[in-house]
Amino acid sequence: MSAVRAGKLGAFFFRPQPESSSRARDVIELRQAGKTYRVDGRDIPALQPTDLRVAGGEIFGLIGHSGAGKSTLLRLINRLEEPSAGRIVVDGEDVTALDAAGLRAFRRRVGMIFQHFNLLSSKTVADNIAMPLQLAGSLGRRQIAERVDGLLARVGLEAHAGKYPAQLSGGQKQRVGIARALATEPKILLCDEATSALDPQTTAQVLQLLDGINRELGLTIVLITHEMDVIRRVCDRVAVMDAGRIVELGPVGDVFLHPQHPTTRRFVLEAEQIDEHEQRADFAHVAGRIVRLTFRGEATYAPLLGSVARDTGVDFSILAGRIDHIKDTPYGQLTLALIGGDIDAAQRRLAEAEVHLEVLRA
Amino acid sequence: MNEFFSNVDPGEIWLATVDTLLMLGGSLLFTVLFGLPLGVLLFLTGPRQMFERRGLYRLLSVLVNALRSLPFIILLIVMIPLTVLLTGTSLGVAGAIPPLVAGATPFFARLVETALREVDRGIIEASQAMGATTRQIVVDALLPEARPGIIAAITITAITLVSYTAMAGVVGAGGLGDLAIRFGYQRFQTDVMIVTVALLLVLVQILQSIGDRLVVHFSRR
Repeated sequence: MSAVRAGKLGAFFFRPQPESSSRARDVIELRQAGKTYRVDGRDIPALQPTDLRVAGGEIFGLIGHSGAGKSTLLRLINRLEEPSAGRIVVDGEDVTALDAAGLRAFRRRVGMIFQHFNLLSSKTVADNIAMPLQLAGSLGRRQIAERVDGLLARVGLEAHAGKYPAQLSGGQKQRVGIARALATEPKILLCDEATSALDPQTTAQVLQLLDGINRELGLTIVLITHEMDVIRRVCDRVAVMDAGRIVELGPVGDVFLHPQHPTTRRFVLEAEQIDEHEQRADFAHVAGRIVRLTFRGEATYAPLLGSVARDTGVDFSILAGRIDHIKDTPYGQLTLALIGGDIDAAQRRLAEAEVHLEVLRA
Repeated sequence: MNEFFSNVDPGEIWLATVDTLLMLGGSLLFTVLFGLPLGVLLFLTGPRQMFERRGLYRLLSVLVNALRSLPFIILLIVMIPLTVLLTGTSLGVAGAIPPLVAGATPFFARLVETALREVDRGIIEASQAMGATTRQIVVDALLPEARPGIIAAITITAITLVSYTAMAGVVGAGGLGDLAIRFGYQRFQTDVMIVTVALLLVLVQILQSIGDRLVVHFSRR
């Protein structure tokens, strides 16, 4: 089952989506790329042949449970994982055709950060950040020191240059990881569960840093996570993965507010901490028509419900509700019971007002 | 008290100590020189590693295991023709070093392999993602990360070499072990035995504490 959407709804409410721009600006493109492991003479598919395009300058999220294939997909992009089928084109270059030296040069243009940071414990913070530059060997000692100073300032670790990773907190370690990934001034940043080892507050700070880098440097970011909240906070588009394939893909607003695939639905409910069974049991006691309204953008704050109720004579009671942000866009989701008056007219008015209406119980 | 140590000749003891230290230093130098690359090669060609080569790894493994399974005292005797070929003699400090190196190198190489395996695989992945060559991964990432483990390996090897030097005394290598065997054992001079054993003990303690200190110094965890 697949529910890949064009994202027209999202483009209407959100800031212009990269997806609507021309294909030429796709920075990462997977063409039927897949990965099969051979274990004891048996083929075990990790990623089914997959097509995927990531546009320049967007933050693209891959969400899935462990074993869904998201980590394999991410590693195909810089060929840490060799594809067993298909092609991978990055920035117009066929990565699958590169020889060893070409691949090394290519990898310097793609930064990567990791769940467990993977910093060298034997090197100081500054030396860790300088490492990609020293390996590349194209800059002099003074230029490297200057670049490292700039990166330390960007991630807010100026005071910790001489420390060793063991002396830092988890959030600080990931900042070092980010600075190191940016050292060679890449166009693309790959994030492998970059916040999964961090507490919620530190996660928010690291995501904020990534968001800032994306805006200021125009860096294309591909991140993988198993937390819908991470996707909601920073991503422009998301692909949901299950059992080695992409089962749903679209702008985060569409996927988050109107999930189609059961896996997506589970992720969203997890993120909102809603127990579907509990909710259904609660609604059984309520009279009237139950609808769910989804507001996005400015409509979230418009005084719509009151005027509709006045004009149509419908009474409503709020059963559940949430007002939050998807990236920068405010959204609201209300579950209402409509009683009395002209319910159909009320429904029409709401539909006209750019509010998505879903009847949960007629 | 002086009566008891009547057989102990300070000059003789001093010369034997110097011989032991020379054998130890010389053999340790060559052991590290040969063992470190061999250990790196074992690591790289091992199962699921960057440079996996099943055939080569198996060959190296068999070779290393063969040398390690040979009791050192037998190795000393078996190697005499080769030692003469290399150093011109099978006696003295020079004659002891080739068998000492042959005995300790496989042991040390295995310890290096283990120390490298202890390094988090994420470090290798991160280095690869930075575009590092295999050589750069080894020199700039793996060896610095494994440094405390490698220093500990050198310490253990040095101490093993001390006991090997004592055995080398049997085939005329000189040193404290030779003194202990010829005078302490064969001539029943218990006083000589006690002094040589005490000196060997002190030597091992010194080596271990130097090693421990270096490990602490280079550990940044």
